[in-house]
Amino acid sequence: MVRVELPYHLRQLARVDHEVAVDVSGVVTAGAIIDALETRFPMLRGTIRDHATGQRRPFLRFFACEEDVSFAGLDAPLPEAVADGREPLTILGALAGG
Amino acid sequence: MSGVRLLVGTRKGAFILTSDGRREKWDVSAPQFGGWQFYHLKGSPVAPNRVYASQSSDWFGQTMQRSDDGGKTWETVGNKFLYDGIQGTHQWYDGTPHPWEFKRVWHLEPSLSDPDTVYAGVEDAALFKSTDGGQTWHELSHLRGHSTGSKWSPGAGGMCLHTILIDPSNHNRLYVGISAAGAFRSDDAGETWKPITKGLYSKYLPDPTSEVGHCVHRIAQHPSRPDTLFMQKHWDVMRTDDRGESWHKISGNLPTDFGFVIDVHAHEPETVFVVPIKSDSEHYPMDGKLQVFRSRSGGNEWQAMTKGLPQKDCYVNVLREAMDVDTLDECGVYFGTTGGQVYGSTDGGETWSVIVHDLPPVVSVEVQTI
Repeated sequence: MVRVELPYHLRQLARVDHEVAVDVSGVVTAGAIIDALETRFPMLRGTIRDHATGQRRPFLRFFACEEDVSFAGLDAPLPEAVADGREPLTILGALAGG
Repeated sequence: MSGVRLLVGTRKGAFILTSDGRREKWDVSAPQFGGWQFYHLKGSPVAPNRVYASQSSDWFGQTMQRSDDGGKTWETVGNKFLYDGIQGTHQWYDGTPHPWEFKRVWHLEPSLSDPDTVYAGVEDAALFKSTDGGQTWHELSHLRGHSTGSKWSPGAGGMCLHTILIDPSNHNRLYVGISAAGAFRSDDAGETWKPITKGLYSKYLPDPTSEVGHCVHRIAQHPSRPDTLFMQKHWDVMRTDDRGESWHKISGNLPTDFGFVIDVHAHEPETVFVVPIKSDSEHYPMDGKLQVFRSRSGGNEWQAMTKGLPQKDCYVNVLREAMDVDTLDECGVYFGTTGGQVYGSTDGGETWSVIVHDLPPVVSVEVQTI
């Protein structure tokens, strides 16, 4: 299982109050994790990746093992520690706004 | 009819305000989806517990909620708003072509006959429709594909389709308002569209009487007189009695005719309400006094209704979706402010009281008489 930390608004939308775990088959990438997330939590569709472009929303970042992996691309393999569940993939919203 | 339910959209969540028919005591719900923007919520006129809500965030985009118990519980429904066919361009602020980009849903208009059918007005301006309770959406793209579409440009708040009216006597007749493209009418359920701007005058346009480009803020209609429409334009309060074929100005003695909201009394089709705002540079009331102006003659002659409203040091705005009326015998009128207050009147605007003081900035107020 791959662990995912969601920001508050998405936990609220998915009706979960803590970290979630999803099954990912094959290479563990940010794109594969979001696919699995959207299958388990359909209400999250379009909230992390834009429906029209398929790209990460600009006010979101992905962190793995304390590294910003946002710009590695959705198809880039994530660190082994994320793939085997020792570390979560953290999806973080920009700390801005009122 | 024994009570009233207010569906209030704010910058930081939705709130449901309920009262019995006396409208003296109100229950205010906890925030629904606290932290999310709710541009609009609206219930089906044929199944009032079916409520649609537009939920959005600058971080997470657009999501849509649907309730079948009047807002007690919610189900997330479809949020895939994809423009139909060739995307095309509209005009950007500087006059250059700019591709259409979906940003959010500004307005939801449930069908007058089918609870599963609902229209959505979006930014960048387009009209979408769902016939399966909001699960899937398709664009009525002949509006955006109108020959003038490439000339539409955004207002300060974005290029939003904010008004959708369905003619109660002919459900195939639709009106939409777009800031800052103008107003359009379809007589064939959205297959073809016609700009209805004759008589509008916008001095900031290169051609003040141009067919498109007018910053229409809101259009209102009384169900018993569907050919008559009232418009709060950026500046000017306007009226048509021929389905938009021609408009004339009814600002009359208003102290300023800039504003956002406009609405019509539930039982008196010639009684109209506006909230004048000082100017487009200062989005607050004149002289620090919050005043609803009422005309009982269909315009031109306006009376300030101030009893119960703050008459000093008040600098809030009342946004375009933030006024509505109930249909009880003594018509209730309600509006919300960017300061988080929701005011109500149970006597057609004569006197006002505050229903709730301190919500987040109010974006929309819809009333259900239940």
